[in-house]
Amino acid sequence: MNLRLLAQKSLKSRRSTAILTIVSIAVSVLLLLGVEKIRVNAQSSFANTISGTDLIVGARSGSIQLLLYSVFRIGNATNNISWSSYQDIAQQKGVKWTIPISLGDSHRGFRVMGTSRDYFSVYQYGEKRNLEFASGIQFEGVFDAVIGSEVAASLNYAIGDQVIIAHGTGSASFAQHKDKPFVISGILQHTGTPVDRTVHVSLAGIEAMHVNWQGAVKKRKASKALTKSNLQPESITAFLVGLDSKIVSFKMQRYINNYAAEPLLAIFPGIALHELWSLMSVAENALLIISLFVVVAALTGMLAVSLAGLNERRREVAILRSVGASHWHIMGLLVTETVLLTLTGILLGLILLYSSIWIAQPIIEQNYGLFIPVTAPNIRELSMVCMLLITSFMVGLVPAYCAYKNSLADGMSIRS
Amino acid sequence: MTESVSKPTLIELNNVDFAWHAQANLTIKSANLCVEEHDHVFIRGASGSGKSTLLNIIGGIITPQQGGVEIVGHDFCQLKELQRDRVRADHIGFIFQQFNLIPYLSILENVTLPCRFSKLRRENAIQRSGSVTAEALYLLNRLYAKGQFSFQRKTGELSVGQQQRVAAARALIGQPQLIIADEPTSSLDYDAREAFMGLLFDELKLSGSTLLYVSHDPTHQHLFDRVVDMSVINPHHEAVL
Repeated sequence: MNLRLLAQKSLKSRRSTAILTIVSIAVSVLLLLGVEKIRVNAQSSFANTISGTDLIVGARSGSIQLLLYSVFRIGNATNNISWSSYQDIAQQKGVKWTIPISLGDSHRGFRVMGTSRDYFSVYQYGEKRNLEFASGIQFEGVFDAVIGSEVAASLNYAIGDQVIIAHGTGSASFAQHKDKPFVISGILQHTGTPVDRTVHVSLAGIEAMHVNWQGAVKKRKASKALTKSNLQPESITAFLVGLDSKIVSFKMQRYINNYAAEPLLAIFPGIALHELWSLMSVAENALLIISLFVVVAALTGMLAVSLAGLNERRREVAILRSVGASHWHIMGLLVTETVLLTLTGILLGLILLYSSIWIAQPIIEQNYGLFIPVTAPNIRELSMVCMLLITSFMVGLVPAYCAYKNSLADGMSIRS
Repeated sequence: MTESVSKPTLIELNNVDFAWHAQANLTIKSANLCVEEHDHVFIRGASGSGKSTLLNIIGGIITPQQGGVEIVGHDFCQLKELQRDRVRADHIGFIFQQFNLIPYLSILENVTLPCRFSKLRRENAIQRSGSVTAEALYLLNRLYAKGQFSFQRKTGELSVGQQQRVAAARALIGQPQLIIADEPTSSLDYDAREAFMGLLFDELKLSGSTLLYVSHDPTHQHLFDRVVDMSVINPHHEAVL
């Protein structure tokens, strides 16, 4: 006896409720797996934001705040580091390289970061990957800029285009450094990190555009000319440190944290990333719990529909019994219906999930810097789907048992 | 009952007691019935006389608390539920008063339904007509005016008379030894009733099946070999209102 065929035809005859049930299950699967996919990819993209850097140093504040502004370009530093402190630490024994970071300006919503040329050869992300140029070269002159791939793509920039940098970090800033436009000298390859959303200029460039500015206001008269001496920065926002050996990293961290000349903070990027992620795990768990409840709601809805229809199906059950169906057939039919609905719901949910990933991929990447690849479901996702199927089987046992009880009372004839 | 020696017994009920609930009155009390192969037996009884219960016992759906039930050579009191289900699937075709058909299956699928549950009836059908579908079409064409319907259609639009013919075709497919008809014509008008009985008896003549026909209406009892009143089968039953 092919119960699946019978179950299919039975479901087809109740098309509207069946479709609604399937859709509700599909939506719950979409939510459950979507949250999981975003979580997994956010976590890995997160952990891959920076690598190869042993210490991040900034003015004394919180480690997460330092990580946020130095790596993620989120928020602002409370204080700067003096150039002399930076130079001092950079020349300590055991320090292999340092990259200065100077933040505070923006270009049409993208952060501008002043740095040194070493940045392009030393900075690493992902699995120790170096930055690469999609086109052009690193900055040579004071007013050269290197932009990340996303900046190039969303603003449609090419090598040689002029960029006017705004003072401050708002996307609609009124104070613009119009007098000193930058020229794009290079565009970086896509990295999937905040680098993509950054406009890189030299430290000298940062200084140059602020010459003749006082605070956030431009001076009326351009009194000073650009000279080499006034392009030497007095302070920077933060700097990245690479060490000769991991062994000295604790010693170096202690040295910096106890630095006498000014209050500094050195953090291990890996630990800070982990701390930051565990902050977000509350939201992550909340999302997971919400999506689990949506699944429960979908299954409950399916159960309600199935139980509500049971009374109308007493005659059908009696007929099936009369032509030789056993109680196992009847229960099998009802469980098969439930599992079929769930299976179809899961398939539809997967189709919805992958098509929405496919459609939303560029939008999410552009807006949130998160790249969600279209990959086959991983073990965790598959086990979620399997759990859902098993649960639907158990949910199906409820109407199956009710039908069994009905059929015991009815026999082959319904006494209405 | 002298010729009963040569004919095997198909249904034998011996002092059967049955109550639907442990505390309830006995619906069936000391019931006896013996039906031999190829017999056409008319059981006459008003509603509430325990007819449905009796048919459920013969169909192996329920087992009596007391007494012996032997159907097509199987002792139902000894068999497990699944085995009784198998006997019912293989050897008994049922026609009920109305609503015999599964609404979400086509006419053809309704007729072939017993062959999904019984290998024996499937093989019988294939042996006779080459395939289950061919056998179903053969039966439908005999019971219906030829070419009147597409048998792929759902059963919803059929008249009650047409539904009963489909039910008869389903009971007959795969030549079960026993056909049990429970008031099959009571929802039909006079013409449909006569036509239905004529067709049913024609088919029984061909298949040689035994017929157990239950009705409160004695109109057709002259067509049968034997007429038994429910009060004879179930003498101690007190009609419950």
